[in-house]
Amino acid sequence: MVKKVITGNSAAAYGVKLARVQVVSAYPITPQTTVVEKLADFVANGELNARFVNVESEHSALAALISASLGGARTFTATSAHGLALMHEMMHWAAGARTPVVMVNVNRAMGPPWNIWAEMTDSIAQRDTGWIQFYGESNQEVLDTMIQLYRICEDKEVMLPGMICEDAFYLSHTVLPVDIPEQEDVDRFLPPFESAYKLDFDNPVSIGSLSMPHQWYMELRYKIAESMENARKKIVEVDREFGKIFGRSYSGLVENYRGDDADLLLICAGTMASTAKDVVDEMRNEGVKAGLLRLRVFRPFPNAEIVNLVQNAKVIGVADRSISFGNQGPFFTEIKGALYGKIPTKLLKNYIVGIGGRDVTTNTLKSIFRNMASIKDHGLDEEVTWVDLKR
Amino acid sequence: MQGKEVNCDTTTKTIYAHLFPPLIIMYEIRFHGRGGQGAVVASNLLAEAFFIEGYDVQAFPYFGVERRGAPVTAFTRVDTKPVRVKMQIYEPNYVVVLDPSVMLKTDVSAGLKPDGFVLVNTTKKPAELKDKIKARVFTVDASGIAMKYRLGSKVAPIVNTAILGAFAFAAKMPKIESVLAAIRKGAPVKPEENARAAEEAYNSTVGE
Amino acid sequence: MAFKSVKDVPLGPYCHLESTLINKTGEWRNMRPVLDRSKCIRCYICWKFCPDVAIKILPDGNIEHDYEFCKGCGICANECPKKAITMVREE
Repeated sequence: MVKKVITGNSAAAYGVKLARVQVVSAYPITPQTTVVEKLADFVANGELNARFVNVESEHSALAALISASLGGARTFTATSAHGLALMHEMMHWAAGARTPVVMVNVNRAMGPPWNIWAEMTDSIAQRDTGWIQFYGESNQEVLDTMIQLYRICEDKEVMLPGMICEDAFYLSHTVLPVDIPEQEDVDRFLPPFESAYKLDFDNPVSIGSLSMPHQWYMELRYKIAESMENARKKIVEVDREFGKIFGRSYSGLVENYRGDDADLLLICAGTMASTAKDVVDEMRNEGVKAGLLRLRVFRPFPNAEIVNLVQNAKVIGVADRSISFGNQGPFFTEIKGALYGKIPTKLLKNYIVGIGGRDVTTNTLKSIFRNMASIKDHGLDEEVTWVDLKR
Repeated sequence: MQGKEVNCDTTTKTIYAHLFPPLIIMYEIRFHGRGGQGAVVASNLLAEAFFIEGYDVQAFPYFGVERRGAPVTAFTRVDTKPVRVKMQIYEPNYVVVLDPSVMLKTDVSAGLKPDGFVLVNTTKKPAELKDKIKARVFTVDASGIAMKYRLGSKVAPIVNTAILGAFAFAAKMPKIESVLAAIRKGAPVKPEENARAAEEAYNSTVGE
Repeated sequence: MAFKSVKDVPLGPYCHLESTLINKTGEWRNMRPVLDRSKCIRCYICWKFCPDVAIKILPDGNIEHDYEFCKGCGICANECPKKAITMVREE
């Protein structure tokens, strides 16, 4: 085990190398570019035995990988914001063709106006494409989740593509100490990819041809939904097994940080959750019973886990680093949906924060907890608040 | 990293027990520079130097536009326990200015902690900057040193490694040996020249 | 794809190539291409253009339409430089 001080993007590239990815195709876009640069280095100096396919767009990058995956190769791409939006059509294709492509998406705001900083709208807009979605809070988690993702996605009961998202700059360009696992350990954990349905000259199949309303399209979609359900337990199992080999694990779908007896329970994802842990500790020192649930996985959505973990909370705050125009924060609406009818009604509040990379500071999070405390005493003020908005 | 099955507080104590001096607070260092001078690499190498000594570290940039000459801010955090907070630095313990012209538009000492200092790359003496910076000041001619060792070009010397040597002198941490080791390991080009530039800056930094 | 229920359906939209052989698209034709072999110069332009791969080159070099799959689009008749193929109504 070697410990290096590297960026989130480097950690992702090490994840690709350790997973022995065979085909890489990607198109550069800030702040993802350094993932691909590092991979190009690895391929050029022989550290990674993979084909690096140069393409003219993100759409083509994913198209190339769907084909490579159908050919039986383990595949990887990385993108961000507008690149991900351009992939959208192929994202459906990758899930529909059941190709376990793995992607790193650097969460970046969508333009215009042009903005290269952290926001989750890009990946949340892809939530219905049939991709498994993880959100990381540290470089170590990005690397480890990459290795876990190949195990999860390539599982015969799952066979779906997956992405790990890292906040622009807060992870992508932040150096942090990272344990680089030993190759033998990774090989022990992650066997080579064996596709159940790969393109094969001796047993030719056609893939993705027409399926009529009276035929099997609906049934194939049902199968995707079923596989997503299978992914739920697979994610927990794989995380647990990872912990046994590598000594680190990430609590499956939701991380519970001092949430068991919390009156004020904040739910969020990404790097702001990491900052929130310091804030929770500080609030606890001041005698406020604060707690945090970090959404590690957004698809499949951890409905049951959340219902379980919020039982004792008096006020639940949901911080979204994105906004679904015309409704509320996407995490918020989904969490409300998860809780409905499962527990007695709770005070629920949505905080829109960090849009376009606006710094989510300890003060931002403290003001959220203070607002939750006031809701606990005086009732709900408004359902959605944009925090740190210049009013 | 802080999953359910890992108890950070107890492991932290054992991992960092050997450190001398053990930090009782988190140290936060802010760099001001321009694109192309190496502020980002400086923040990373400083993190690496502290990491070599066994601390937990974090470093990251805040770009304006990613172009040569545009103002860049970079941040380094050092602690004896895992650094979890992921935000910019508003109340730094120390400030490093790689290009004095940044001070024309930016209040580099904004939020500086009372016992902190501002380290400036300039040929001037600290007393000459008193009217601009209301804080303890250290100065070093990092540009001159960088040019001497042919780091970067005459119009755009890359001063990041020299300024790190000066930082080690001013802050009395990390050890200059750790800085040199980090530079030899992590400098993108000319590791030996960069290390010698840092050493020379360490020996020629002027304080008050 | 002849499955009984969702349980038999494979994970993905894969079908064996035989299915396209079972589906005789020649039934969709309402105009039939007829070749006058005496005019054919064996240039094989029709063979290249046929979108359904429904023109076969026989061992002796002659061509033949595969009426099981020919949909009667008429491209072969249109492309033939010797007007050796005529389209005849199916009745």
